[in-house]
Amino acid sequence: MNTRYVIGFVFILTASVAVILTGLRQATEEQAAINEEIFNKRAILSALNDYLGEGVTVKSLSDQEVLAKFESMERLVLDMEGNIVEKDADDIDMAKERKKPEAERQLPLYVYEYNGEKFYIISVRGNGLWDEIWGNIALKSDLNTIAGAAFDHKGETPGLGAEIKDNPSFPNAFKGKMIYDDGTYVSVVVRKGGAKNPEHEIDAISGATVTSDGVTEMLYRGIQYYEPYFDKIRQSNGTQGLLINK
Amino acid sequence: MAETAVQEKEPIIQFGKKERKLLTDPLNDNNPITVQVLGICSALAVTSLVYPSLVMAIAVTLVTAFSNLFTSMIRNYIPKQVRMIVQLVIIAALVTVVELILKYYNYPIYKQLSVYIGLIITNCIVMGRLEAFAMANKPWRSFLDGLGNGLGYGAILVIVGIIREIFGKGTLFAGSPIELKIIGPNAEYLVNTTESVLFGWYSNNNLMVLPAAAMFIIGILIWIQRSYNTKLVDVS
Repeated sequence: MNTRYVIGFVFILTASVAVILTGLRQATEEQAAINEEIFNKRAILSALNDYLGEGVTVKSLSDQEVLAKFESMERLVLDMEGNIVEKDADDIDMAKERKKPEAERQLPLYVYEYNGEKFYIISVRGNGLWDEIWGNIALKSDLNTIAGAAFDHKGETPGLGAEIKDNPSFPNAFKGKMIYDDGTYVSVVVRKGGAKNPEHEIDAISGATVTSDGVTEMLYRGIQYYEPYFDKIRQSNGTQGLLINK
Repeated sequence: MAETAVQEKEPIIQFGKKERKLLTDPLNDNNPITVQVLGICSALAVTSLVYPSLVMAIAVTLVTAFSNLFTSMIRNYIPKQVRMIVQLVIIAALVTVVELILKYYNYPIYKQLSVYIGLIITNCIVMGRLEAFAMANKPWRSFLDGLGNGLGYGAILVIVGIIREIFGKGTLFAGSPIELKIIGPNAEYLVNTTESVLFGWYSNNNLMVLPAAAMFIIGILIWIQRSYNTKLVDVS
């Protein structure tokens, strides 16, 4: 076993392994990308679980139906001043946007219609205890009432912080909450020790104070980012005078 | 030359007493988790639900079986100085294959298992079998040995997963198409705790969701196994 044999052996082995793996990756890449897209879209749709149709939930939708729902939506991209950018909301990666300086970020906004009512789905992202947390919030057409919410996380503690995703009663508690109090922006607060104001607060998860506070913080900032655009909608509608009260 | 002569006499694939022992030994007498205490890290991490445990068990079984097979096939050509690197290349390649296949067929479970699929590379069972068995045995037997060890590991994973999921979440196979609801506060559960006289007091045990529970359960499994399989008890 001389050195030349060793080098030759390792070279041939790694080269053949590299060729096999590259080939396999090439063959599976396309389908894997579609799978990832559908996975992310299901996460967005789960904020709208109540408004997908009679007896329809995100789980019962087939992959084609998920894509069809998104085809029928308006997929807008906003800049931080509330102007619409010529882009598809599907192309926005919130994790990348969050690394940019605040003024340069772009925001995805999906507008979904069900039974003639419009729903605005916004994306928020913030910090939990160990790593990032994120979520999608569906607002009703009054741009005030929450129609549904869905959260996910990268590495919160199972049984504690991870309950924001695993325990359906946490996102469900957001339904019907208001982000405005008499025209003042208050967002929704996840309150340790139990919600005091039923319109704007929900119960925190016991044992997960940092994650709960992270959700509060994420919502307060995240929804506010969309306010410039929402103000424009309100102004063009003219009637809903939340802006005037502010 | 002597070796090729032997191979011509016996068929490459055979299934006798020795072969059966290779498969069944790791299930009980030489279980990788409860007897050799290898691969504990992933056994604690992925077993909070049965479905991911099952996928993980299959993934590890495939990796141990095929890395044993391939290593054994080229064992006479591997230079001794770099044999560990060569073994690692084979394991890493197979783990990447498993990862790509999962991404292709079942993206949600790939997301759920996240880093633990990649960490099969560092699972001591895989490398341990290569060093202890595949480097000194013929391909077919090495394959069976890998298969047996993977199954022995997987069996413990699934047992721990079943216990943790029932008592921690009240469900079985959550996340898969055949999700069952076992114990909980609604009529859709098998044992409806709001109506049941016997189980009315029960609410999901949060400890079971945490990795610590897996350690207790594995400890109890070792205790049970040794109390009926007394030859495993260390007398010294």
